[in-house]
Amino acid sequence: MRRIVFLAIMALICWFAADSARAAELRLPQDAVAGQPMTVGTSGSGDGTLYLIGPGQIIKHEVKLGNSIQIKGEELHSAGRWIAILRSGAGPQSAVFWVKPGQPANLSFLARPSRVPVAQRNGISGTVFIFDKFNNLITQPTPVNFNLSVKGTGVSQNVTSQQGVAWIDASSGPKEGAAQFVASVGNINVRRVVQQVASEPCSGSLKMHLAQRNKDNIVVETDPIRDCSGNAVPDGTIVTFTETDKEGKSTVDARIKKGVAKVELPASDNATIDVAAGVTLGNELHVGGGR
Amino acid sequence: MKFTLPLLFAILTVALIAAGTIHGSSTAPASTPEGAVQSMFANAKAHNFKGAYSYVAPSSNVDFRTFQQDLQGRDGSLRTYSQLEGADTRVLHESDHDALVRTELKYSTAVGAFYDTRDLKVVKDEGAWKIDWSSEKEAAVPPQVIPVNYLRWDVIRRSADDDWGAQNVEGPHIRILSMNPAEHDGAVIIMGEVENEDTVPAFVSMGAVLVGKNGQDIASESSFDKVSHVLLPKEISPYRIDFPGIKLANVKSVRMKPDTTLVPASADPVIGVLHQRIEKDAKGRTVLKGELMNESGQIVNIPHVLATFYDNNGRVIWVSDGYLDHALLPQTAQPFAVDLRDELAANVHSYRVTVNQYSLEHQE
Repeated sequence: MRRIVFLAIMALICWFAADSARAAELRLPQDAVAGQPMTVGTSGSGDGTLYLIGPGQIIKHEVKLGNSIQIKGEELHSAGRWIAILRSGAGPQSAVFWVKPGQPANLSFLARPSRVPVAQRNGISGTVFIFDKFNNLITQPTPVNFNLSVKGTGVSQNVTSQQGVAWIDASSGPKEGAAQFVASVGNINVRRVVQQVASEPCSGSLKMHLAQRNKDNIVVETDPIRDCSGNAVPDGTIVTFTETDKEGKSTVDARIKKGVAKVELPASDNATIDVAAGVTLGNELHVGGGR
Repeated sequence: MKFTLPLLFAILTVALIAAGTIHGSSTAPASTPEGAVQSMFANAKAHNFKGAYSYVAPSSNVDFRTFQQDLQGRDGSLRTYSQLEGADTRVLHESDHDALVRTELKYSTAVGAFYDTRDLKVVKDEGAWKIDWSSEKEAAVPPQVIPVNYLRWDVIRRSADDDWGAQNVEGPHIRILSMNPAEHDGAVIIMGEVENEDTVPAFVSMGAVLVGKNGQDIASESSFDKVSHVLLPKEISPYRIDFPGIKLANVKSVRMKPDTTLVPASADPVIGVLHQRIEKDAKGRTVLKGELMNESGQIVNIPHVLATFYDNNGRVIWVSDGYLDHALLPQTAQPFAVDLRDELAANVHSYRVTVNQYSLEHQE
């Protein structure tokens, strides 16, 4: 008799344990995507509370055990590792699941530098971070198109992102101007402007001539100053004129205006004039003394 | 004997009080040429310009306002921000009727001590010595309109509302053209040149760290005002960084720390540096002299001259600077002189002068 009672109690315990285990069973999707609806299945009977805890977000639902719970797309924002916890009379049960980011919706495009000399090899870098509409970084490989153009002519390059990032190094073009640097993923475009500026003045173009001779001074003017690609050196660039004669040395740091630099120097009957812009030297001019 | 020491101290105290109460701006007639000069500048130091003017000979033909401006400065110049500290005098020549007194004036200013040497003619007038004051002639610029159409650079930076990936305006790129360490007067001196190789203006600060033999940093300094801080595109400035009390033999290496910021700036004014030459001054010291010509239409209140000296190899061997205590009026030449170490004069092959300017009305 005692053996029969013992076996009956053991059977009850096993039945209760099996029932408890069945009540805590959570069925979670393997391919949840942020921004898309998701179904969580439960088993068992009675009432419970489902908590979904994700990166920076918690979702709470009251559930009838044995029914499926619909999580709306607008609720599920964050991609990453989530924990589902079901609290019911049988005690809490939990499971881990992963949510993938949604479709590309936002690009963060870092274009450097904002200003670059023309014809500089690998002088421009562009880096794109791809995000879905909830700003989850999309780590799946995604094709990205980079286009760099000045006044309609330029280059285009396709790159596949790795771990959510795609980047290129590009050379600046030969012409000055505002280069349009566009990164595209699908129909999402982000534009940056990289100002391509003239490079160092070309020593061959840094030439001056005597523009005017007055009683007390002489006026010396340069030809239009260009870099070695033929671009005009920006206005405001310093051009140093140096006049040397028996009185000593006179220097004036003139600014390029409308492409040329012009300066007044003391009149002299025998002087040598040099011109330089930065480290670039121009021609030498002799004034006075019949030359 | 036991009263001797207290008595001595009492006499000393009374003497010091008496000395302190003697006003430095006495206007008693001067019995010596040197006394006249000393009294005049003592009054000027005490801001008693009426008293100082009483030592000016009537034959000078200078009115009080002009005399006061000569001493106090005009046009917002460095002199207007200075205080006379003292005057050392030495008679160069003296007769019964006139004398020549060399006066070395020391002013304290916001940028350090400023020295001025004048040879003053002193004449005997009705039994008293008075100074034949030669007023500074202000060049009269003819009325005219000087068009100012130079460039300005304004900067719009990214706003707080922009996406984090949105680019900001790039900082200016500068290049250190040269760096040369030297030792002078018990100090290590780092000097050279820096160029703004960009197409936008740059605010430049030059710093350096000396690294000792054991690899530890031993000193850190900046060039302070021995650099042109605002550099326009392709502008080159000298810099000099002094490390007092350090021997070059203890330095293993130098780590340069240039710092640049993009700043709004104006390409005006243009200041020409005319007739530069190396000469000996009245005291026999080697100086680089010349004239500054303000080619713009606005007054430059405080000009600052930076001179770079090169040897045969084009290496920077010294950087010297000096402020002018006179404002630069438009289209008017103003003389300047900066020191050159006498022992270096023979090695100087060429030199270059640049001008900083500080203007009260200048809006950048």
